[in-house]
Amino acid sequence: MTPISAGTSLKVASAQKRPIDWAKVLAHIILIAGSIMFLMPFVYVVSTSLKTAGEVYSFPPEFIPDPVAWENYPDALTAMPFDRFFLNTIFLAVGRILGLTLSCSLAGFAFAKLRWKGRNTLFFVVLLTLMIPTEVTLIPRYILFTKLGWINSFAPLLVPGFFAENAFFVFLFRQFFMTMGQDLIDAARIDGCSFAGLFWRIIVPNAKPVFAVVAIYVIQNNWNSFLLPMIYLTDRAKYTLALGLRLFNEQYYSQTHLLMAASVFVVIPIVILFFFMQRYFIQGVVFTGSKG
Amino acid sequence: MLIHNIFKPKRLSFWESLNAWVFVAPWILGFIFFTGGPILASLVISFTEWDIVNPPVWTGLGNYKLMLSDPLFFQSLKVTTIYALVAVPLQIVVGLFIAILLNTKIRLIGVYRTLFYLPAVLPIVSVAVMWRWILSRDWGLINWFLSVFGVYGPGWLSEPEWALPALILMSLWGVGSGMLIYLAGLQGIPSDLYEAAKVDGAGAWASFVYVTLPMISPVILFQLVVGLIAAFQVFAQPFIMTQGGPQNSTLFYLLHLFRNAFEFFRMGYASALSWVLFMYIAVLTLLIFRFSAAWVFYEGEIKDE
Repeated sequence: MTPISAGTSLKVASAQKRPIDWAKVLAHIILIAGSIMFLMPFVYVVSTSLKTAGEVYSFPPEFIPDPVAWENYPDALTAMPFDRFFLNTIFLAVGRILGLTLSCSLAGFAFAKLRWKGRNTLFFVVLLTLMIPTEVTLIPRYILFTKLGWINSFAPLLVPGFFAENAFFVFLFRQFFMTMGQDLIDAARIDGCSFAGLFWRIIVPNAKPVFAVVAIYVIQNNWNSFLLPMIYLTDRAKYTLALGLRLFNEQYYSQTHLLMAASVFVVIPIVILFFFMQRYFIQGVVFTGSKG
Repeated sequence: MLIHNIFKPKRLSFWESLNAWVFVAPWILGFIFFTGGPILASLVISFTEWDIVNPPVWTGLGNYKLMLSDPLFFQSLKVTTIYALVAVPLQIVVGLFIAILLNTKIRLIGVYRTLFYLPAVLPIVSVAVMWRWILSRDWGLINWFLSVFGVYGPGWLSEPEWALPALILMSLWGVGSGMLIYLAGLQGIPSDLYEAAKVDGAGAWASFVYVTLPMISPVILFQLVVGLIAAFQVFAQPFIMTQGGPQNSTLFYLLHLFRNAFEFFRMGYASALSWVLFMYIAVLTLLIFRFSAAWVFYEGEIKDE
């Protein structure tokens, strides 16, 4: 069977002058209604974050704040050291990107391109660990890091990253490297290139998209991460944005306008990253679904 | 993967093997210390009573027996199972529905895709804080929406019968990643299948049932398993929005486990809880795969019927 690409049939269809396609009109109507429903919670939160304390409690809600209380943002962000939380989050993200891309890509390279005994067995173990829920390792890891004296430091969150903690990334790198041509690699080997040189000079420069996908994943997971930072980081000066927001939520429970301003602030870096790097976000998700 | 081994162009080189082992060494060490080791350790710890400060006391199956008399264990299992049974199928239906609409070759597809996907990338703690306000009884967006239709909305997070449905509703805001996966799957269906169905006189519904669904069924199976595992890891939403209440109606399994481990420092009991969860998920996953043969269709597979 020869698959016809979607583009071909589209051109054929639009070449003929056709009357209004009511199915498409209906699809647009449903999609617009759906988009509004998906966007509304966010609009509502942003609007609340720009209201004065008095304006917040009105029913039916006013969507356009009057006056616009821009001061909510500085007020909320200085009520707690959010700059510190932000830097901590960035620091963890950078550390985890370094650790995970390095260790997972090296393992992926060995699984994809090198011939060695035990390769298939170990790769099977990698696949098995994909199925293990994080809860099972939660307590022994906590005990291990307690005994090592690592509680209230970034080490429990950073160190496992340097040991290819994420089996899915190993899998992702391996699958990508598998698709890379063998001739280039063989040529480099004949020219006397070492395996490490091969990795640095041939594989890495030709695999930038997969590194970008993994880096984006790490940033997103890191912004999202809550349970692990909460059990390991006890000192407020070491808090991440997620932990800071949770604390803010407890202490400013009733000051909804400030609370919404803080939660919008936490979300904005990810939204910006999303708009600029959408391609990599989507590639990662699609890869998970279709080949995972 | 296996083909390499069959052909074996030359004998395995010692130097190449050595390099390979060095490259996978970080993963091996990580596996031993952070995954494999801890899994075994948690099994051993589950047979003890241990608060970390004092030495552990061997209690055999004590923790597992204790579980049978712990009403909160059963409550958390019930809450999480209901959530999984309702939220996961709903997420699949909604995600697939949006994906099908987006697959109709219409304009602005990129804009729609961005809008539907965006909520799925937002950090969960922010989403939880935001939705506590959105679900507020007197000032929330949802109850305002209902009031437009003359419905007086409940106190979503303060009434035991509404708190879990509220969290399920909120989870639908994040269907964007599932939607993307279905969209990719739908775009991979060869269009001549639809043309053949049309020739055979199939309408839109028939071609959905006999072409789209079978072709997309492996993706649905994958999303079902992933969704199930994710449902058993729900934590931040109840922790921030309801603290498991009211009346334990949102006491998710992981929240119960967390409290035992990090509030009551019952590491043995919490480890036993984690093993029961592990087994429960494994059995459910096996059951899903066992019964998937009946409804999942793989291309190239011939079925005798």
